[in-house]
Amino acid sequence: MSSMMILLVLKCLSQIIFYCICFAFQMQTVTIIPGDGIGPEISTSVIKIFEAAKVPIQWEERNVTAIKGPGGKWMIPPEAKESMDKSKIGLKGPLKTPIAAGHPSMNLLLRKTFDLYANVRPCVSIEGYKTPYTDVDLVTIRENTEGEYSGIEHVIVDGVVQSIKLITEEASRRIAEYAFEYARNNQRNSVTAVHKANIMRMSDGLFLRKCREVAENFKDVKFTEMYLDTVCLNMVQDPTQFDVLVMPNLYGDILSDLCAGLIGGLGVTPSGNIGANGVAIFESVHGTAPDIAGMDLANPTALLLSAVMMLRHMGLHGHAKKIETACFDTIRDKKVLTKDLGGNSKCSEFTAEICRRVQDLD
Amino acid sequence: MTYPSRFFCLCDPGQVMRPVMCTRREKSSYTPPPAKYGGRHTVTLIPGDGIGPELLNHAQELFRFCCVPVDFEVVNVDSSLTSEDEINNAVTAIRRNGVALKGNIETNHNLPPSHKSRNNLLRTSLDLYANVMHCQTLPGVQTRHKDIDIIIIRENTEGEYSSLEHENVPGVVESLKIITRVNSLRIAEYAFRQAREKGRRRVTAVHKANIMKLGDGLFLQCCKEVAAGYPDITFDNMIVDNTTMQLVSKPQQFDVMVMPNLYGNVVSNVCAGLVGGPGLVPGANYGKDYAVFETATRNTGKSIANKNIANPTATLLASCLMLDHLGLHDYASMIRKAILRTLSETRLHTADLGGQGTTSEVVQSIMKEVQKGGPLTSEKI
Repeated sequence: MSSMMILLVLKCLSQIIFYCICFAFQMQTVTIIPGDGIGPEISTSVIKIFEAAKVPIQWEERNVTAIKGPGGKWMIPPEAKESMDKSKIGLKGPLKTPIAAGHPSMNLLLRKTFDLYANVRPCVSIEGYKTPYTDVDLVTIRENTEGEYSGIEHVIVDGVVQSIKLITEEASRRIAEYAFEYARNNQRNSVTAVHKANIMRMSDGLFLRKCREVAENFKDVKFTEMYLDTVCLNMVQDPTQFDVLVMPNLYGDILSDLCAGLIGGLGVTPSGNIGANGVAIFESVHGTAPDIAGMDLANPTALLLSAVMMLRHMGLHGHAKKIETACFDTIRDKKVLTKDLGGNSKCSEFTAEICRRVQDLD
Repeated sequence: MTYPSRFFCLCDPGQVMRPVMCTRREKSSYTPPPAKYGGRHTVTLIPGDGIGPELLNHAQELFRFCCVPVDFEVVNVDSSLTSEDEINNAVTAIRRNGVALKGNIETNHNLPPSHKSRNNLLRTSLDLYANVMHCQTLPGVQTRHKDIDIIIIRENTEGEYSSLEHENVPGVVESLKIITRVNSLRIAEYAFRQAREKGRRRVTAVHKANIMKLGDGLFLQCCKEVAAGYPDITFDNMIVDNTTMQLVSKPQQFDVMVMPNLYGNVVSNVCAGLVGGPGLVPGANYGKDYAVFETATRNTGKSIANKNIANPTATLLASCLMLDHLGLHDYASMIRKAILRTLSETRLHTADLGGQGTTSEVVQSIMKEVQKGGPLTSEKI
């Protein structure tokens, strides 16, 4: 009994010392999930660049593979969950979704485990990576837990299927509040609610009502509402008219990918997921690219920009600006670019170039 | 139903119009609309709200000028009233005439859910199951992407637009999206038939079956089944978010696209934006027995109503589609040619295309072009 007590005390002491050291160096712990395919390579790139920029972050690497917990329910490994719960901040590479593996996708599991209710994607045109659209600067905020992706489907009779889209007051209010707070904290001028309330009266009507209610408390941010089809129509003609967009799950999925397409695709788009209890996981949204995995050809830009988003979320704006500038300067210069950006350098060369620029900026 | 396979079909202006015998019944699947007497067709006209009334007035004027043998039966549907009598009258009129030309009827989404969208009611009552939109890069219009030529075929009656919603628990609303085998097979069959008739190579089904496994899974399966019967046409599928991403980067890769209702709404608006905006693209809604023509993106245009700045191109091209449907191909191609010639004149572009022309200037120019074309503007038996 007493030996157990001693062990417990020792464990507590070591934890306290650990946190004291972290505090002394002001190091924050971040859980990093490298992922599959090109995930490990681009994660290594990001860690290298952060080292070069002397960011006060301590990485805790974890793997997420679905395991069956007690009671037969699929869940993420407990070490991963524990690490995330402690650090509250995560950076995730691409995870492969196996078909017919018997378990739901890992992204879905992570979302459910940490109640990641908001998916935030800032889309800013990258100077040096030319697309038909210039001057794009908008943010899509998508409700990530309900809506059309509730997964509730039934076969009514043979040949008739019904999918249920679920909209709740609570989730709508939560996402609207997040959107307005984000707008306020990031000096954005307006929030536009995207909906189809002319057709889906009750569901999108509820979402819209909640947005309007929350807008009353944020009079410094302009609030507008627009139909989904009008947003799509205007987005491809003139994306500069949009600022922050908030919307339910499906519209968010479509619109955020549309906006990613405007700036150059998923290879250069950052993304963040905000959860309840202060948890936030930032990720790259492209696939695992198994055909180029392990060949040092991957482009780490998406994960790097997501990591920059993470730094801003943590309040480390100085480091964020430095790394972002180095990354954009490298792309603008066009001398060292990975294949998908139009060059023929390797991932490690691209990373080294960014590291060099980061150190020069010091 | 047969439609001219070429958009710019040139007609010989010297050709004399012969009155068509209305008792001739073809053995093909297409039967002409019923309301045709003395060589003249009767078409229901629903002005709608916003820019609808003024643009449809111009369409009527143009038809009068060109001596098109079409009479319009105007049915007004007032969006401010809550009774459904007016839209039911419109539906009856369309059943009688078989064909309609309409403007968009505004839906005030702040009214209670029992007040349904009038446009949707019209589509479902008449079972106009296929919405067809042909997006093409038009001459004289500046766009970021060139060489776009996509036909979008959208299921028009079910899916997310089923208007079935309920609130079982306060604060929790469920909206039902219905996908049926019958309707999915029907729209897929329509898409492949159209692709074959128009000489198209590829049909792409747009879906989200990785998430909505049963609903969109059923739709995709039906498309695959129909594709098996058309081995000359390539069939592939794409997830809707990837589709929108591809559309804004490389729209030239798409040929014919078929999809359920909501994705159709998104994709057709994206494509309309890519070719120049809502003022340029006409749309058509086809059912087994009826056809209704309108602008593709179904905008009311409240903010520009009655200011003489709206772009009449989409409405007038929709009326040409209607003429083709009625079998009046010569009139259709004559007016279409005139519209496209006017469009290629940049100084006549309306505000949505970056110009300063007015609606009436554009219509006047179209009439002048028609006049230049020759004697088809007068009746010659």
